Amino acid sequence: MTAETVQEKEVGRARARKEDARLVTGQTNWTDNIQLPGLVHIAFLRSPLAHARITRADTSRAREATGVIAVFTGADLAAEQGSLPCAWPVTPDIVIPQHPPMAVDTVRYAGEIVAAVVARDRYAAADALEAIDVDYEELPPVLDMEEALAEGSPKVHEQGNKSFVWPFSNGDIEAAFRDAPVVLERTYRQQRLIPSAMEPRAVVCAPVGDEFTLWSATQIPHVLRVMLALVTGIPEHKLRVIAPDVGGGFGSKLQVTAEEVLALLIARRLGRPVKWTESRSEGNLAVHHGRDQIQRIRVAAGADGRLRGLDVDLLADMGAYLMLVTPGVPLLGAFMYNAIYKMDAYSFRCTGVFTTKTPTDAYRGAGRPEATFAIERVMDDLAAELGMDPLALRERNWIKHTEFPYTTIAGLTYDSGNYEAATAAARELFHYDELRKEAAERAAAGDPVRLGIGISTFTEMCGLAPSRILGQLAYGAGGWEHASIRMLPTGKVEAVTGSSAHGQGHETAWSQIVADELGVPFEDVRVLHGDTFVAPKGMDTYGSRSLTVGGIAVVAACGKVREKARVIAAGLLEVSPDDLEWSSGRWQVRGDPDQGKTIGEIALATFAAHNLPEGVEPSLDSDATYDPDNFSFPHGTHLCAAEVDTETGAVRLRSYVAVDDVGQVVNPLIVEGQVHGGIAQGIAQALFEEAAYDSSGTLVTATLADYLVPSAADLPAFVTSRTATPSTTNPLGVKGVGEAGTIASTPAVVNAIVDALRPLGVPDVPMPCTPERVWRAIREGAAR
Amino acid sequence: MNHVSMRIDGVRYDDDVEPRLLLVHYLREVAGRTGTPVGCDTSNCGACTVLMNGVSVKSCSVLAVQADGAEITTIQGLANGEWHPLQRAFHEEHALQCGYCTPGMIMAAADLLRDNPRPSEQEVRDGLEGNLCRCTGYQNIVRAVLRVAGEMAGEQAGAAS
Repeated sequence: MTAETVQEKEVGRARARKEDARLVTGQTNWTDNIQLPGLVHIAFLRSPLAHARITRADTSRAREATGVIAVFTGADLAAEQGSLPCAWPVTPDIVIPQHPPMAVDTVRYAGEIVAAVVARDRYAAADALEAIDVDYEELPPVLDMEEALAEGSPKVHEQGNKSFVWPFSNGDIEAAFRDAPVVLERTYRQQRLIPSAMEPRAVVCAPVGDEFTLWSATQIPHVLRVMLALVTGIPEHKLRVIAPDVGGGFGSKLQVTAEEVLALLIARRLGRPVKWTESRSEGNLAVHHGRDQIQRIRVAAGADGRLRGLDVDLLADMGAYLMLVTPGVPLLGAFMYNAIYKMDAYSFRCTGVFTTKTPTDAYRGAGRPEATFAIERVMDDLAAELGMDPLALRERNWIKHTEFPYTTIAGLTYDSGNYEAATAAARELFHYDELRKEAAERAAAGDPVRLGIGISTFTEMCGLAPSRILGQLAYGAGGWEHASIRMLPTGKVEAVTGSSAHGQGHETAWSQIVADELGVPFEDVRVLHGDTFVAPKGMDTYGSRSLTVGGIAVVAACGKVREKARVIAAGLLEVSPDDLEWSSGRWQVRGDPDQGKTIGEIALATFAAHNLPEGVEPSLDSDATYDPDNFSFPHGTHLCAAEVDTETGAVRLRSYVAVDDVGQVVNPLIVEGQVHGGIAQGIAQALFEEAAYDSSGTLVTATLADYLVPSAADLPAFVTSRTATPSTTNPLGVKGVGEAGTIASTPAVVNAIVDALRPLGVPDVPMPCTPERVWRAIREGAAR
Repeated sequence: MNHVSMRIDGVRYDDDVEPRLLLVHYLREVAGRTGTPVGCDTSNCGACTVLMNGVSVKSCSVLAVQADGAEITTIQGLANGEWHPLQRAFHEEHALQCGYCTPGMIMAAADLLRDNPRPSEQEVRDGLEGNLCRCTGYQNIVRAVLRVAGEMAGEQAGAAS
């Protein structure tokens, strides 16, 4: 084989995505598209009250309504519905309350399911909901975390309002703060957010005999199958879970939901296929929410800005119940408050608190955006306190690129990174010095529109996760991922992955990896996922884990295919396997490269199986399950310039520069898209979004008219670039990119706003930094 | 029940429908045109955008009976043998990730370009304000629309010369 025919490497190419063909033509298979013979529709009646006892539920009128097949209350299903699972009991004494999928006697948040109607079509089901009479005895809502913990607070659950306290410390924190020249103490509020994937949730369940197929708009078909089996008692092997095309997740579909369990139970009761699709306003109430923490952070530093210690005390709102990984979300942040910085001591304490609000759980970044926000905000404040440039303060404290691998004060070992390089690149793209100068000039001139510069030099832990570490943290499952490679007789390849894409482009990226590993054309690879009968093993997609764990499983499975092919090729060529070398999809004789067999030729010969070496099975197909040794640690420097109108409080993002280091890149187009979308979501937290409750515990942002997901007109264009410091702990050198933008951008934006307003006596602006809040902060600053 | 007759992606449909039936549910559940999805219930997200007599509408905000006699074009009727330039540009510029907003975004963009064939970046951003995307941060969507505008201008210039 000559040099000209050697394929260009696929990994690293900006391949347009395979997925797009169905997505741009309307041929997508969303769960709500599924039609089955005899399909009936479920609608759920939800509590309008935050906290109440159900004293009576009369469904008799609804049962008589046109087209109604059945009506169920919690009492009807009490014997079989079990309790929704929490897979992350973070402490031995954690309070995990019973969580019936349908409330039986008490509701604990507005939106909790109290009854279900099954009807011929969705309109008839919705009509019949209005014919159900439920009487409630109102109980006092519990809406504020600090009040919830106070003596004499009304209780969300009999066991009280405290779920757990999880502490961590390393180093002598008292010594670090004792006599420290500078100590800053800040309290930040991570507002409650609604993930808002564009596809509302939907479930279809079809029973055949005692076997069930359940389609769900889920990120986690594999975890869901196990959990549904455990909750309902339906044997796992009689349950097939399919995640068809799924329209975004951002953590909101990393869940085992009441609606999934109930759809399965109702299908079993009725013996016919059922469908449930939520409306957006139903989803805003009932899809788990994200963030909602109060962060008290203290930092001790020397007069030269060197960090001595960091002390974090966190209140995390669990909402009314613990969902799949609710208590673990703040823990994922526990290891990230120290971020990229060196320090002598670190102390962390998180208290999980119950309130009568929608349960919280993973939302893009899950714990890490909160931690990054607090440390990056406080670093800017510390720089101001010390009169230092905030980039210089960071540089004084960050881990130098020559110091990797580096074990942090939180106990993680960062394998690689180059904060100097990413920051230098960002500074240049941003025109940092010029903008600093302009900001100072405008402040000096008393310009009513101030310019502020916000910095975020972030890192995150991705690639969830080494199973042994998850075990140490009391998580209920492992963190491995599985892949299978099936070699078809014609040389085409089916790559089966346990990752479950819902917009990430795995079909494309995995094809690129397989193309390189097996030396086949990109077009010859088909990626299969999201169906537990097709891809029976998996841990699914969340936590920026797919490439760093699932992608490596694909690499490993391809390696096994190559080794099987080597033995068979040796037989065909009548040489020893040791005499063969692999070159661009071909096993060839070392020193005689004209003698060789391509992987396609070997696949065909294996299929025929006429002439295989003694004892060799006629199959190249291979499986691999990969459990990572370590997390991966993407990092980057994001810089934001914000113009703040001091007369109206309006914030305009003038420029945004992101330099990310996600290691080696499989597909730069996909990586750039992930960064764009992540930045937008982080900006949304900084400026626009908040799930707000009134004093009765009613969610007042139940629609997209009230919950302000930004549009194209609300966002600037982003300038993105990359540095590439490969991860040293996986063979591709990849780190993950799904959450980076979201983690980085929120503090960059708020830091920019505060930077603009600090000369006006404004120390902080609570998120979201709406014009009203900015305006009030300026007025309060002036009064100070 | 009311009788409606409309042409959807070139095919004529005649049905008796409840007067309250939304056009998007008529498209999806009666006509079986599931390419147009539903993303909200307050007409904020625009995922269900289709062309009605050539003009973009949010099909969750139109009753099927209001579309009686209309010509409806959905994402499934946009390609004419080969992909529409917007479909191609969305693919090549990576203007979609999960793709749920994409049908509505492309239909809204088609109407935007009909209205304003040479939009500025800001005009594209403002023109697509009624269509929400949670994945892309809009940057590549804007790039794709501007690219098609540029191609259309180039073709016209080519045809004129």
